[in-house]
Amino acid sequence: MPVEVDAGLATLSDQLILATVLLYVFAMIAYALDLAFSRSAGAEARAAKRPALATVGATVGTGADPAAPASAQAETEEPEDRTPPAWVVRVGMVAVGLGWLGWIANLASLITRGLAVDRWPWGNMYEFVVAMCLATVGAFLLMQLRYRVRFLGAFVTVAAALCLGFAVRYLHVQAGPVVPALNSYWVAIHVSAAIVAAGLFIVAAVSGILYLIRKDTAVRLPSRQDLERVAHRAIVIGFPIWTFAVIAGALWADKAWGRYWGWDPKEVWAFITWIVYAAYLHARATAGWKGKAATIVQLVACACLLFNLVGVNIFFGGLHSYAEVP
Amino acid sequence: MGHIDPGAGERAVAEPQTKTETVTASGPEAGGKNEERRPGGIGVVGWARWFWRTLTSMRTALILLFLFALASIPGSIWPQRGVSDAKVFQYFEDSPRLAEWLDRFWLFDVFRAPWFAAIYLLLFLSLIGCVLPRTMTHLRESRRKPPAAPRNLGRLPQHASFEAPLTVEEAAARLRAKRFRVTTGPGWAAAEKGYLRESGNLLFHVALLGLLLAVGIGTLYGYRGNVLVVEGEGFANTVAAYDRYMPGQQVNAESLEPFSFTVEDFQASYIAKGEKTGQPLDFEARLKVEDAPGAPVRDYVLKVNEPLNVNGTQSYLIDHGYAPTFRITDGKGQVAFDGPVPCLVVQPANFTSECVIKVPDAQPEQLGILIGFLPTTVPVGSEWVSVFPGAANPTAQVYGAFAGDLGLKDGRPQSVYELDPDSLKKMKPLVMKADPLAVNEKLTLPGGMGSIEFTGVKEWIALQITHDPGRMPAFVASVLAVAGLVLTLTVRRRRVWVRVHDQAGQPEGESRRVDVGGLTRTEGGDFGEEFTEIVSALNPGIPNPGVKDAR
Repeated sequence: MPVEVDAGLATLSDQLILATVLLYVFAMIAYALDLAFSRSAGAEARAAKRPALATVGATVGTGADPAAPASAQAETEEPEDRTPPAWVVRVGMVAVGLGWLGWIANLASLITRGLAVDRWPWGNMYEFVVAMCLATVGAFLLMQLRYRVRFLGAFVTVAAALCLGFAVRYLHVQAGPVVPALNSYWVAIHVSAAIVAAGLFIVAAVSGILYLIRKDTAVRLPSRQDLERVAHRAIVIGFPIWTFAVIAGALWADKAWGRYWGWDPKEVWAFITWIVYAAYLHARATAGWKGKAATIVQLVACACLLFNLVGVNIFFGGLHSYAEVP
Repeated sequence: MGHIDPGAGERAVAEPQTKTETVTASGPEAGGKNEERRPGGIGVVGWARWFWRTLTSMRTALILLFLFALASIPGSIWPQRGVSDAKVFQYFEDSPRLAEWLDRFWLFDVFRAPWFAAIYLLLFLSLIGCVLPRTMTHLRESRRKPPAAPRNLGRLPQHASFEAPLTVEEAAARLRAKRFRVTTGPGWAAAEKGYLRESGNLLFHVALLGLLLAVGIGTLYGYRGNVLVVEGEGFANTVAAYDRYMPGQQVNAESLEPFSFTVEDFQASYIAKGEKTGQPLDFEARLKVEDAPGAPVRDYVLKVNEPLNVNGTQSYLIDHGYAPTFRITDGKGQVAFDGPVPCLVVQPANFTSECVIKVPDAQPEQLGILIGFLPTTVPVGSEWVSVFPGAANPTAQVYGAFAGDLGLKDGRPQSVYELDPDSLKKMKPLVMKADPLAVNEKLTLPGGMGSIEFTGVKEWIALQITHDPGRMPAFVASVLAVAGLVLTLTVRRRRVWVRVHDQAGQPEGESRRVDVGGLTRTEGGDFGEEFTEIVSALNPGIPNPGVKDAR
């Protein structure tokens, strides 16, 4: 069991997390500008697919249609699309770049923290929130590679920046070893799965909130159908992972506490979260529950999730309470 | 659940989740809708049918799911018996009236409450009522051939046309190579794939039933017990040896696994310096285990995440504390007590503990002694406190020594961790707040009542021993549930039709017009990419077949 803490690495980790917050804030601004001034989702998606060309066009600064040379085919398919001004394309690129940079800083912070204490870096509330932000932004960035979800960027990065800020201000504890109960390889399996699932669920919830605030006139945001699709995709991936996290937790509980399920407050809320997400998946297949009702269900589920991850440690205690809330 | 009209095959495909809402009533069972609207005047059978239909409808299942979630919330708000008994007891102490009312609604036993059971039994009944007919349908469907090609493939969500020297047989072969189930007719081929989606869905729901069953088996045939063992002492797995024993209804005392062990040594290590001083780092207990009477003795190191397993009976290290040893000599010079005294931890941060010694054999009068144990003693003013959980400078401070009747004979059960308050009032105080004793120091009691000698420090461990025959079944069921879940959420059911427009008497190998149509009714599915691939497989000559996505 390691006792010594590498103070240098721990400090580096703390500095990196501040850098992460700043990068996320800047990314948020860039994403917001992109969202506000890009003409349509189609144009934005094309710009994302051809980063090199778009940048070249922008640096030349001719003011002419920068994406034109390579997008002839696309243009013929959707001729009504107008290409946004060059600086907007550039801002979009900057947003994506800053998002990735912030994510890398976030990851580096977590890794240095882990190296400083020589264990998996999610042994307390602070580390857990940092990891959850990493997972949320990571889930968003990965989805961005495949789907047209850049419109989510501003909202995801602002949520991550706020959470990290809160963690640094109110949850931060000195790097150090964990209590014996957490000294198990199950930390890597159970907590990691919970973090990844939480990241996906949060992305889905951000999309769900946009779905609800989007009136049919709010043209800057993508259509409700697209928002729903993004949320559904994230949950469809997240739900089996969450199920796995709960089962891994049960396996760990069987090793550590002498029973695989004992209705500890954390377990109760993990169960509630699971049930409500299951209800969401069922609701989508039920006439009269599609769309708005289903979205509300998934937001309730996400609220349960967040309450479980944060609230239970603060209000209820129980066996999971070694999360060290300062 | 009404029957699923074969013609409604498309709709059955379209339903990604358990319940088929879009069931159509036709044929001899027509009129189902009227029945649902007016349950009155239809007799017992009609009512039963209405009830069954309502119970197994998706809407009811949804409501039951919400109720299930909602009903669990009180279980996290109020302390639960069997999870945190001490807190329940405290609740009754603090607000007895409220606690009594809460107890009437089973709010301290939420997960054993009849209303909680009612919800999940209805939910699982609803699940069975849905899974059974769906399994039958699925079995039927998985034997059936894909439906014939529609007349106009251009109306399908995915479609393409090209000219190629393709025959129906060749198209069918290529689709089969892509693991489609294929059937052919005059001028067309129909292919379907993705039956595993429904299989996974059914597997998931059946696995949930299995999980419930496994939990049930565990509660009926399993047992759980707690025992406190001091270093150097042993434990044999019999009902009498437990401090607390909670058997399932179907467990008898003879069925306990006959193992035994001795606790040789217990070690706890703590962080000794820095901000986190006193935080535990590791606990380990060295055991000598005998798996059965007469079996060879083996060594085992018991740790927090590493329970001792003897043929499925698990022993867990769940708590620890100090058991200082004392030798008490009575007024007649006899050793009336000599041994370890397990103490309750009062301050977990520094293991300040409280111990009670009852000496019923002391003469001329029985003795009751309250002792404070400080593992790392430091004087603060006129007081002494413990500053560290490890036993660096252990002392025992006699808070009070009393002589008189301990009240053990009147038959009322007493806690070993406290002196009975009623008896204590009648006892004569001998010493109050003595100075702490170091190891091997002795305190002489006034009035010729004898002496107390602090002879050493041992530790105790608390063990939980469980046997749960439902563990493995529950594990298997949950693995199957995840497998089913992944299948049902990733596999898409899709159909592809190919129509080859043969001119009369056209020779083989000559180009002809081929229409391809595709369909997936799974929501969120992106069939376009795969459809393009299928079309290229059918038409390998031309790299870009010009697929049109109607969406």
